Amino acid sequence: MPEEEKKAPRKIVPKKYPMPEQDPKVRIHNFNEVPIGQDGQTAILEAQRCLQCKRSPNRKVCMDGCPVEIDIPRFIKQVQEGNFSEAIRIIREKQNLPAVCGRVCPYENQCEGYCVVGKKNEPVGIGRLERFLADWERKEEKHGKIAVPPPTGKRVAVVGGGPAGLTVAGDLAKLGHKVTVFEALQYCGGVLIYGIPEFRLPKEIVRAEVDYISRMGVEIHNDCVIGKLATVDELLKEYDAVFVGTGAGLPDWTNLKGENLNGIMSANEYLTRVNLMKAYKFPEFDTPVRVGERVVTIGGGNVAMDCARTSLRLGCKESVILYRRSDAELPARREEVHHAQQEGVRFELLAAPLEFIGDENGNVRQVKAIRMQLGEPDASGRRRPIKIPGSEFLIDAQTVLIAIGQSPNPLVPMTTPDLKTTKEGTIAVDPEGRTSKKGVFAGGDIASGAATVILAMGDGKRAVYAMHKYLMQDPSWPAPEVFEKLSCEM
Amino acid sequence: MYEVVKSDKLTPDVIKLEIRAPQIAKKAKAGQFIMVTPTEHGERIPLTMADFSPEKGTVTIAALEVGKTTRELGRMKAGDMVFSLVGPLGLPTHLQKYGNVVSIGGGIGLALMYPVVRALRQGGNRTINIIGARNEKLLIYEKEIESVSDEFYVCTDDGSKGHHGFVSDILKKMIAENKKIDLVYAVGPIIMMKVIGNITKPHNIHTVVSLNPIMVDGTGMCGSCRVIISGETKFGCVDGPEFDAHKVDFENLTARNKRYIPEEQISLKKFMEGK
Repeated sequence: MPEEEKKAPRKIVPKKYPMPEQDPKVRIHNFNEVPIGQDGQTAILEAQRCLQCKRSPNRKVCMDGCPVEIDIPRFIKQVQEGNFSEAIRIIREKQNLPAVCGRVCPYENQCEGYCVVGKKNEPVGIGRLERFLADWERKEEKHGKIAVPPPTGKRVAVVGGGPAGLTVAGDLAKLGHKVTVFEALQYCGGVLIYGIPEFRLPKEIVRAEVDYISRMGVEIHNDCVIGKLATVDELLKEYDAVFVGTGAGLPDWTNLKGENLNGIMSANEYLTRVNLMKAYKFPEFDTPVRVGERVVTIGGGNVAMDCARTSLRLGCKESVILYRRSDAELPARREEVHHAQQEGVRFELLAAPLEFIGDENGNVRQVKAIRMQLGEPDASGRRRPIKIPGSEFLIDAQTVLIAIGQSPNPLVPMTTPDLKTTKEGTIAVDPEGRTSKKGVFAGGDIASGAATVILAMGDGKRAVYAMHKYLMQDPSWPAPEVFEKLSCEM
Repeated sequence: MYEVVKSDKLTPDVIKLEIRAPQIAKKAKAGQFIMVTPTEHGERIPLTMADFSPEKGTVTIAALEVGKTTRELGRMKAGDMVFSLVGPLGLPTHLQKYGNVVSIGGGIGLALMYPVVRALRQGGNRTINIIGARNEKLLIYEKEIESVSDEFYVCTDDGSKGHHGFVSDILKKMIAENKKIDLVYAVGPIIMMKVIGNITKPHNIHTVVSLNPIMVDGTGMCGSCRVIISGETKFGCVDGPEFDAHKVDFENLTARNKRYIPEEQISLKKFMEGK
């Protein structure tokens, strides 16, 4: 196609081409993926909505919103022309988990948030294009070993096989380093395996992405709890560098009276039973999980939505979200809130729990809660919820899920004496992911606190630049004072 | 995958498996546990290590066949593969020179008691060991524990061997006789540990128990194993499994360990019917 023709003004299709989804009435009875995916023809049409904007210092475009710096216009151009193979190759230059990110990235705030088309219309469906290409690749392309550059002779240990660790492993392999991933659970993937439900991210896809990384020559050792089986210091004797990406696996609690009653679980326990251990297939799989007639999930983030929607699929009669602020402050992605509403999750907003009430056998029976109103903005910029005196109420519940956040996993910091941490328990890192211990880098939730899959991957990517430099050119390390300051500041 | 090197039955209901896991064997310490998943469809369950040998590169687990998972393990023979083995987990027994240590074990707890007592004795303590079971046939690790004992007492509920009665009877007698006791270590059924704690509390004898709450990941991620210690929530898997008996809320632990009984029965029935 000649240049002139492409630049000619044309009418933009105002909306994204629709993503077919399972009917809410049907899907609440199964764990199959909700969005079914688009076909090649639709992907080409969607790609043709892209204006191929040029990036400049004064003009932000899609790429500016991507934490892993995918060359978005370039891959979309290939889709426009039907070159799917080349398009996914371009994505893979920067992105090791495209099938995952094409599903769980909050693209509305990232690439699509910066899309120029999106200023007057719906943005280009970049997320669904990424998903389409990754799915297409998995189905169409049969590849064995994936070519990587000649070995550099450097060996790197990655602790934690979640989004950050897998990104580091994949990117370092692409640079010719020999990488070994140590994963604590029986399958690699971290939150992608134990946390995000099958209906949002089928585990077969995670396995395929992990498989892709291992085909680049990355060795994956499951069942290895670093801090117990070996320490970071021991790893440093065998490896030239270590990346710690152990995540925010520690569940936060309300610390309210009655929280240890039976039927009250952390979101982590609930989701780990269902996703990692496949309790939704009990008794075909041995791990059980039980939901009562009414499930109350406390919290308003993506994890809370996952809990509430999982509960419907496990057969509860009513699934309720109890959140202390209003709809506008729900931290979950809009798409997740929308899906939950479609499926019939009831939102009990501006309400906070006070106490959990049990029966004589130690099972939870009711949640005592109180209505809230919004006051002045707090440190997070969101309006502070304030209790309305006298507005206490009771809500029956046989299952209560605590989804109010996670804290950094303490195992590696606890067993690595000279690794500085912050007050929040995260590992202190400089802007490029170096820790206070020479040769040790960190990223993802263990360094930033609980965030998203894609931000963890962005962290990993940043650390890779610094790690490659450290391994190949410049083994110098920042002075200890840098980290003293970091550990106090944050 | 981890190879079963040897499989034995210690009693008709208690299995003993020696499994090849050189790295875990190298790192394991007395008092720790491992998470075992027999098959890909299996449950992750915490099992105490009855022994570990860095030289042989193996760990030994002992388990009472109560549910499906333990029965599935019980059918494993040398050469079979265990799907997943994670460890060593939990904090090891705190070892120091206490002086006179009275260790008390009951039922399957005797399997864990052996390496703990062995370590305590190696650490220069005088080990006074009391072991118990319903009857003589159900006593496990008797010879092993005796071999690391300075004083050794056996109790059976039916009187088929040793003292006719409970392990707590011997402890009560020792306290009544003003025997110098610097530490009591108890591992076994919840009710036994609770009783021991109640006996020692009025005498201010420091008492440590090893708890067995239901776990899922065993690494501090889920909180299934939370126990109440002096009113505070702790995780059995990372803060334990050993706690001060005088601070444990045994009522709560008992209730929490009954959470999945109906499901456990469904699993077991299906397994026994060969489905």
